[in-house]
Amino acid sequence: METAINQTFNTKVNNLLGVNKEDAKISKTYLFVSFVILLIGGFLGLAQGLNRAGLLELPSWLNYYQILTMHGVFMLLAFTTFFTFGYLYAGLSHELGGLLPKVRKIVWTAFAAKIIGAVLVVIPILMNEASVMYTFYPPLKAHPMFYIGLVFFAVGMWLCNIGGFIQVANWRKNNKGKHVPIFSYFATGINILMFFALIPVAIEVLTLIPWSIGWTKTVNVMVSRTLFWAFGHTLVNIWYLTATSAWYVIAPKLIGGKRWSDTLTRVVIIALVIMNITGGFHHQIIDPGISLPVKMMHVFMSLAIGFPSLMTAFAMFAVFEKTARKQGGKGLIGWYKKMPWGDVRFLALFISMASFIPAGAGGIAQTTNQLDTVVHNTMWIVGHFHLTLGVTVALAFFGISYWLVPYISGRVLTPKINKLGVIQTWIWTIGMIFMSGSMHTVGLFGSPRRTSYTTYGDHATALSWDPYMMALAIGGTLLIIGVILQVYAVINMMFFAPKGETEFPIADVEENASPTPYWTERWGIWIIVMLIVVAMAYVIPLSEFILNGPPGSPGFKTW
Amino acid sequence: MKMHKDEKIWLALSFSIMMIFMLITGYQAVAEGMEPPSNTDYIDPQKVDQTAPFDKPGIKQIGDKEYEVVMTMQVFSFNPGNIEVPAGSTVHFILTSKDVVHGFEIAETNANAMVMPGYIQKVTQKFDKPGSYLVLCNEYCGAGHQMMSTTITVK
Repeated sequence: METAINQTFNTKVNNLLGVNKEDAKISKTYLFVSFVILLIGGFLGLAQGLNRAGLLELPSWLNYYQILTMHGVFMLLAFTTFFTFGYLYAGLSHELGGLLPKVRKIVWTAFAAKIIGAVLVVIPILMNEASVMYTFYPPLKAHPMFYIGLVFFAVGMWLCNIGGFIQVANWRKNNKGKHVPIFSYFATGINILMFFALIPVAIEVLTLIPWSIGWTKTVNVMVSRTLFWAFGHTLVNIWYLTATSAWYVIAPKLIGGKRWSDTLTRVVIIALVIMNITGGFHHQIIDPGISLPVKMMHVFMSLAIGFPSLMTAFAMFAVFEKTARKQGGKGLIGWYKKMPWGDVRFLALFISMASFIPAGAGGIAQTTNQLDTVVHNTMWIVGHFHLTLGVTVALAFFGISYWLVPYISGRVLTPKINKLGVIQTWIWTIGMIFMSGSMHTVGLFGSPRRTSYTTYGDHATALSWDPYMMALAIGGTLLIIGVILQVYAVINMMFFAPKGETEFPIADVEENASPTPYWTERWGIWIIVMLIVVAMAYVIPLSEFILNGPPGSPGFKTW
Repeated sequence: MKMHKDEKIWLALSFSIMMIFMLITGYQAVAEGMEPPSNTDYIDPQKVDQTAPFDKPGIKQIGDKEYEVVMTMQVFSFNPGNIEVPAGSTVHFILTSKDVVHGFEIAETNANAMVMPGYIQKVTQKFDKPGSYLVLCNEYCGAGHQMMSTTITVK
């Protein structure tokens, strides 16, 4: 009891004094690294876009496939993870009354592991010893250092998850019978999902290391591929869940409203955690070696993930409309005029949400057997994940940065930076419409992904794709302007903006809300359900590949 | 758990749309044969050249306007390449990879399949319109990936 009082007291003190200095240092470091990586990754992306349009010839010492591999690793693994943990730990510290000293130690160790991992991954790529893309499908065989780097990186991510678990478990011990506050609940869902998603890919990488050193001769390509996607698709959904946390928890506060039903919010999180890992299989719809009934089951399991997202769509617009009407908004859609469009923190989050409507629809399309056959491995897919990750996730992260960076730096968001942010958000959105739009379209016509500039011997079909590649390059150019503005804003808010207090904007539930049932706290049950779903999805195909599959493949270095 | 009426309607609608989507997908796959390429036969990836039918890659007429193409994919080519068939032909492709993962795509058609080392993949495509069809590898396979293409000429 005494500790509980202590805890509440600490929370209050914390809220009064603002951010805990030591915890802020953690978040600041993670976010700084994240945005530096965004800057590098952005330039790598620009180089690809210009090459693809035939405007830029890349030097032999840094070719298209090296740049593509690095862009993927930087943006998908590094930018997102560093941001996510910078954000989650700031929230955990704020909501649960400061991080435990032992958690701080874990998070700093994780940081070191991730940096070492990133360096070990990048060196072989720069040496042209690991042009295997971020998916590193065997039997493409990279330098062992590449895989060892990935292990370090994964260990770093795991440590971050474990730190989160310890922090939340400690709070629960001191607050028996209470619900974990909503932001920390989101963090727990994200940590659980990531913790389990990393297991399959870790197994894959641990089999690839002895193979790439030469201790084992062959590798099972289908098992590797399947283990990769169990992680690969879940990864993008982890970023999506991170973005969702800001929509549910932060956005209502920014517009002066209340949170959507606490129970439904928690149900959405549980559903996303349970159903996500099996979603990866739809990346293998046109693979050989998997029978049609298994594929059919996976299509259904993947489509089911759409359901919690549709709940989210309703919740978000309901909150907006309700809040705007309270502030005097009128008419069927006239209420939208009451929304704070000039506030970058809201604008970026709103576009992030709105973009998930076409992005989610595209995702549902390419999850089905027939439609995936049309677009698989074409530029459509690249367009899709630039819409989901590049807009839905990235803009949510950018939007968050406009209050999170000042919050952890003890500074404020100035009207000037706010205005810059609004401009940045629109440049980013227009750039992505150009880029993602042209990618989707040209993908429908068959232009392949992950392919440097080519006309396939001036084949008429390939030449007809060229105008879209120009649009892609225009989009890419706008995006690099966006990246530069964003990184400038972050650096400014971190080191130069005027000192002051910034709030961590967590919205409250409605006054007359019905209490949340306690079963939402039973993570043990939800994890078991998740593991059952994963077993349903993966036991049959994996045992088929292992027991009833071909001899393994030797490695190849084809670049 | 209290839900708003509007939300109940929305969720019921969402759920129905998903179910209809699943039913159509399932129906088309099973009843109309629109299934994705999913052959499950396998082969020793290091002995492709010695294993039938890949010891003799090539095109063979197996019926009226019906052809069978036994094709290997390897960095960075298709064997056989530049095949020709009359308009209206149905072509059954039997594919495997001799090295890394490749993708078999005939641009401007719905023919699209992953070709993995160790597995025999099958794709069937009917060619009605005459012209030169671009066949390309759509899975990154190495330094010359962007050159890995061939054509199918339909006369």
